[in-house]
Amino acid sequence: MMAQLIKDNTLAADTWQTLELGPDETPENVALPSGDVIFPAAVWLARKTEIISGNKRIGLLLKGDDRLEDIGGDLDHFIVIAIDFPKFVDGRGYSTASLLRQRYRYAGELRAVGDVLHDQLFFLKRVGFDAYALKGDKNAVQAIAKGFSTFSDAYQTSTDQPQPRFRRRA
Amino acid sequence: MYKYDAIDRQLITERVEQFRDQVSRWQSGELTSDEFRPLRLQNGLYVQRHAPMLRIAVPYGMMNTAQLRKLAFVARTYDKGYGHFSTRHNMQFNWPKIEDCPDILGHLADVEMHAIQTSGNCLRNITTDQFAGVAADEVIDPRPLAEILRQWTTFHPEFAFLPRKFKIAISGTKEDRAVTWFHDIGLHLQQQDGETGFRVIVGGGLGRTPIRGQIVRPFLPWQHILTYCEAILRVYNRFGRRDNAYKARIKILVQALGVDAFTQLVETEWAQIKDGPATLTQAEYDRIAAHFTAPAYDRQVDASAFANQIENDKAFARWVERNTHPHQVAGYVAVTLSLKQHGAAPGDISADQMDLVADLADQYSFGELRVSHEQNVILADVRKSDLHAVWQAAKGAGLATPNIGLLTAIICCPGGDFCDLANAKSIPIANAIQARFDNLDYLFDIGEIDLNISGCMNACGHHHVGHIGVLGVDKNEAEFYQVTLGGRQGYDARLGKVIGPSFAAEEMPDVVEKIISVYLENRHPDERFLDTFDRIGIDPFKNRVYEGRAHGKAKTAQKEAA
Ligand code: HEM
Ligand code: SF4
Repeated sequence: MMAQLIKDNTLAADTWQTLELGPDETPENVALPSGDVIFPAAVWLARKTEIISGNKRIGLLLKGDDRLEDIGGDLDHFIVIAIDFPKFVDGRGYSTASLLRQRYRYAGELRAVGDVLHDQLFFLKRVGFDAYALKGDKNAVQAIAKGFSTFSDAYQTSTDQPQPRFRRRA
Repeated sequence: MYKYDAIDRQLITERVEQFRDQVSRWQSGELTSDEFRPLRLQNGLYVQRHAPMLRIAVPYGMMNTAQLRKLAFVARTYDKGYGHFSTRHNMQFNWPKIEDCPDILGHLADVEMHAIQTSGNCLRNITTDQFAGVAADEVIDPRPLAEILRQWTTFHPEFAFLPRKFKIAISGTKEDRAVTWFHDIGLHLQQQDGETGFRVIVGGGLGRTPIRGQIVRPFLPWQHILTYCEAILRVYNRFGRRDNAYKARIKILVQALGVDAFTQLVETEWAQIKDGPATLTQAEYDRIAAHFTAPAYDRQVDASAFANQIENDKAFARWVERNTHPHQVAGYVAVTLSLKQHGAAPGDISADQMDLVADLADQYSFGELRVSHEQNVILADVRKSDLHAVWQAAKGAGLATPNIGLLTAIICCPGGDFCDLANAKSIPIANAIQARFDNLDYLFDIGEIDLNISGCMNACGHHHVGHIGVLGVDKNEAEFYQVTLGGRQGYDARLGKVIGPSFAAEEMPDVVEKIISVYLENRHPDERFLDTFDRIGIDPFKNRVYEGRAHGKAKTAQKEAA
């Protein structure tokens, strides 16, 4: 079932397609589609110049093992960066997002994709995601109504609140 | 003791609502069982052998009497009238119904308690020394920093889904009563050139691959503790293994990279966030520390009657000798109420006992108490002149077994009677050993010795760091026990050595008795078990225990059992 894209607290149409490699395709030989495309990091790294000349709006897909350090210099090219959660208990993406926002100052759309569920939304938002591809079979209305406002405050520094609570005390 | 402010309270109330909603979404099928599982675990809710198990946090072991009475209420109302104190400053209830858990958590929230992150692959409950703030040998009270860390770990957005569980222990004494060398992060508070800070140890752990932690930073000024922990956790979250749960703890990452390369990664990460907004301020430290100021001690305790009581009542004197601990304030001691009554499940406490302990704490110890990783309850501030009364009341409730530090004060996990992961039962082994050493004169003569039992290699009973460690193993579907010697906690913490092939359950009291007899025959005056062991080595013990078993009676027994 198609994922349901949540942006700005509402369901949004998804104009982006994600390039997936078939069994015989490699980053080097895969055909590059046009339009709003999210490219896997390996394809981006192998075909940067081609992509830049062929696509006006470029997205990037980061999987768990992709090294942020390899694409850290390219961020200006991306309108969307999608971070994959292969399983929702695989929490690497939270650190990737924190680093993208806080260290690399990435300001474009940061989208959580993969096994994205209601109960991750609050934490995802805190580390800096602003788009969420909720799994297709889940109740999006409920998730939007409750998932982002689970807690009314937080102790730690994070992307959405760089000041820890102890520095915000009256 | 720390009191919640409005936001602390609001957050745990919101947590109860979140969990209630998760349970109802699971019941309606919106959440699959696989999706619900990590969520309920992060709320301390397991599904065990017979029933669910709910694990409630006692952050750094401190509790007030309203909290303990509430636990008694929960035990009576939702469970079978008792609870179990674990080795990690938690209370476990063995028989709640899943659908009751939101209500239980609601009751707990009323007294500022919760089950947040008491299980699951997240930042777990912070543990420390049960005598924190009162111990005579304390350098720095770890509780304010433990509370600061508690807040930092609670709902940390970046570290809620780590490769594996993550345990932080903090101690402020030279001796270390918090097993800090065997935690994912162990913190030793210390003073250097007039500055307060931490020795930071990373990568310790027990479980199936027991490893002593390594020093990643000899001295970290206290203001930097949150940013430094963030750097450690970020490195772990990004690079820790996720392909194999048995290799996912940070200790494996530290081993794989080597401590120097690991430290390098942490320091590089830290350099980027050091001095950022998460750097602690003196104002924040002072605000939290104000919750842990000394109570209104009586500076003129009249201990003359106490001296007489000791003189005239041998049973009382024995209890005082074993179950009290030196205090910073003259005229006071810390009292350990033993949850190691012979024949009872170690660490178990009934609702009636909880109520009685709460009464004692109100009357004699400023309304507060502690739990220890040895699974006992502590009244931290008792006047010597009140000890006799405390002793009598505790004795009447089965809480005054004078065995703290002795052979029968066994640390023991729930084992096969409750735990789904167990290879073998552990409670009956503890009870059989207690029955064998039930003679107090004998027990006192043997002196200080730690005996720890785990029902499987997960090591919840800390068997690796027992002077005598007992580990339940499964051989051809039969329950057997492997024995280790020479393990220890404390600053010099180390792992015990396996003595040889494992034993059947019914052999265990004999085995322990033989080990003890080797010690008694070889000891020099003033030597504790461990001293003798260190001097003579493992062989004399091995020889005695396996004497006359051509190739091990255990093997034969095993065949018979199978
Ligand atoms: C009954 C349900 C329990 C389950 C399912 C359980 C499960 C586990 C597992 C799987 C580990 C190994 C973790 C690893 O090495 O990655 C572990 C470790 C541990 N558990 Fe438990 N446990 C339970 C109860 C307890 C109890 C009752 C205690 C305290 C008496 C406890 C305290 C500990 C401690 C101290 C460790 C070892 C320290 C370390 O993490 O290295 N657990 N537990
Ligand atoms: S050591 Fe094993 S048997 Fe004991 S509680 Fe832990 S997991 Fe269960």
